[in-house]
Amino acid sequence: MLKTNLKHLETEEEGKEVLENNENVMICCGRMGPMCIPVYRIMEQLEDEYSHVAFRDQSFDIPAADFIKSLPECSSFMGLPFAVYFKNGKVVAATSSVQTKEQITKILDKVFGK
Amino acid sequence: MENVLIAGSGPAGLTAAIYTARADMNPLVLEGHIPGGQLIVSNEVENYPGFTEPISGIELIDQFRKQAKRFGSRFKAESVEEVKKRDDIFEVSTGNQTITTRSLIIATGAQARRLPIPTEHKFYGKGVSGCATCDGAFFRDKEVLVVGGGNTAMQDAVFLTRFASKVTIVHRRDYLRAAAIEVERTKKEPKIEWMIPWIVEEILGNESVTGAILRNPQTNEEYHIQCDGIFVAIGHDPQTKVFKKLVKTDENGFIHVEAGSTKTSMPGVFACGDVRDLVYKQAVVAAGHGCMAAIDVEHHLERKG
Repeated sequence: MLKTNLKHLETEEEGKEVLENNENVMICCGRMGPMCIPVYRIMEQLEDEYSHVAFRDQSFDIPAADFIKSLPECSSFMGLPFAVYFKNGKVVAATSSVQTKEQITKILDKVFGK
Repeated sequence: MENVLIAGSGPAGLTAAIYTARADMNPLVLEGHIPGGQLIVSNEVENYPGFTEPISGIELIDQFRKQAKRFGSRFKAESVEEVKKRDDIFEVSTGNQTITTRSLIIATGAQARRLPIPTEHKFYGKGVSGCATCDGAFFRDKEVLVVGGGNTAMQDAVFLTRFASKVTIVHRRDYLRAAAIEVERTKKEPKIEWMIPWIVEEILGNESVTGAILRNPQTNEEYHIQCDGIFVAIGHDPQTKVFKKLVKTDENGFIHVEAGSTKTSMPGVFACGDVRDLVYKQAVVAAGHGCMAAIDVEHHLERKG
């Protein structure tokens, strides 16, 4: 399990549920490594400011993560973590590897609004 | 009001936390975006005194942190965004809150340099990486480059032979900065090839990396190399941008300190670890600086009363 203060997606059902019950979702799929930890930290910081977005993380090494790994939007990704942004259950943006707070908020503002 | 705020949680910051906590200064550590700093990227640390067997950077930092916590150090997963000085007090903003403190230890370390190529950003996470241990497994049976000539580059190259079919080290100089033991270990790996002195001039690919154009700086010859990944290990820059108005730095951002101490140009602000170390850049040196900063803070606060 990831050591973060975010809600974790541990099963396929939890993944489906979060996408069905939330219009705007950001899922960060990674490990507890130097490229992933900064993204989790930024998500934790943004949770209050972006209350209209459901922020979730997911361990890259569990079977439930196959859903993220097999997305066409992630097919060229070769860097952890995979961050995927969903609107009404559809992928609207995806990034690979570490991102800055500015890069993440730019995507959040663009795809979900402020 | 805090007695001492420590910005950074690598060996320097955590050693400062251990010493200031033991001196009853009740330190607060802002862990930064990457708790543990650069050390957590190291797959194996085998030169930190006291550990007879290799230990991973993450495990070593975990030991530091547990020790600091045992003496009462407090931690927040936040970073410094701005520092203002009002009289003898520092107001440190993290973006989430403003913390007031009587003294500040800057131990924010360094961040990995990126390749100065315009397309590098486009391919970051799509073949270009700064972390072999994080992303190496994506390159199973593929050919990769490791750019750099220091210890990290050698360690990355050796680590990547677990996955890649071929690893080519590309280094701009005709000599290596890495320690002899690291070079010898690297030279023994049959999967590793060398391109020295060569520079990565351009990264090629559409969705992901398919190759690179290299240039020999001595002959200007160009060489098109096929590869699926490029691991960058070309050194680090000090993370001191937010402190530049507060303390004096050199042209590269390293903080000036008084000789033989951790005192900066601003009374009450102390610098330790890679933010002030142009030469050694070792975990054990950073830890030593952290100890010095803690003692310097203690003397400073005693004088202030």
